[in-house]
Amino acid sequence: MSHTAAAPLTGAPTLPDVPTVDLRELAPWALFVGLLSLLVLFFVSADQGAISIPAGTAIHEWVHDGRHLLGYPCH
Amino acid sequence: MTARSFLVRGLLAGLIAGAFAFVVGYTVGEPPIDDAIALEATAAPAAAPDPTAGHTHDHAGTAHSHGDDAGGGISRTTQKTWGLATATIAVGVALGGIVALVAAGVAGRLGRLSLVGSTALVTALGFVAYSLLPFLKYPAAPPAVGSANTIGSRTASYFAFVLISVVAMVAVVALAGALAPRLGGHQAVVAAGTAYVAVVAVAALAMPTVNEIGAFPADVLWEFRLSALLTQTALWAALGVALTWLLGRLESRSRATA
Repeated sequence: MSHTAAAPLTGAPTLPDVPTVDLRELAPWALFVGLLSLLVLFFVSADQGAISIPAGTAIHEWVHDGRHLLGYPCH
Repeated sequence: MTARSFLVRGLLAGLIAGAFAFVVGYTVGEPPIDDAIALEATAAPAAAPDPTAGHTHDHAGTAHSHGDDAGGGISRTTQKTWGLATATIAVGVALGGIVALVAAGVAGRLGRLSLVGSTALVTALGFVAYSLLPFLKYPAAPPAVGSANTIGSRTASYFAFVLISVVAMVAVVALAGALAPRLGGHQAVVAAGTAYVAVVAVAALAMPTVNEIGAFPADVLWEFRLSALLTQTALWAALGVALTWLLGRLESRSRATA
């Protein structure tokens, strides 16, 4: 906002460039980490409650207090 | 800066956040959980919120128990310590990984926000979309509240609402980016915020209400819900602080060498 707003595509010259990450490089990381993270969230938040993989209650009981305190539906 | 450099810092920040959330959860959350389990043990049938549902929440119940010697041999002490720590750290690392890669994707692409600024924004909006708004619609329930017969529908409603909230948040951030050149930053952000509130408000009104509290004492419920919100806030706040600090250090170091 300091000088003229003449060249919006190149950005204000007084501000340092913010590093960017190439989205094509980022995509496989995002896919892999996204799926892995959702799997982790599933085991903590919902497994052996509504859906049971594997059957039993051991995972549910182990993360029981965390499931309640992190706000996930629990019985 | 690469995707890897973001991810490593996100996982580390998530680890720190999970450990911090454990400390907060253990300190403020476990007392009301113990109170709730004690209430359940003394008055198991009275806690049944739905008399028609044939609720079986006693300690011999097949679905669930909170007894010291039940639950696959996992004691209350283990649940309160290693179990809670496992849950908060696992969630912290998982969210840390996601937040870091989202931060990598939007770095340098959210107006003129700096790396630290855009990362802080991602974390703050993540807290609002993933934790705060779902909490307002489907607040956390202590042990002894919530029927085993409705766990399927409650889980489906909860995650459907989380999905709507997160997708709406992503969409309105993109909307703000698209509107900003025409409306200016302030109006674009106000329009996007209004759109988000409108979407989640309609979803909250349209989706089923869960009320299985029954005769559960209000003071324990309040204390539990406050502590649950504190635990989640602690997790997101620590994640944001740690990740922005780590990325800020990395940025200044790479700038110094460049």
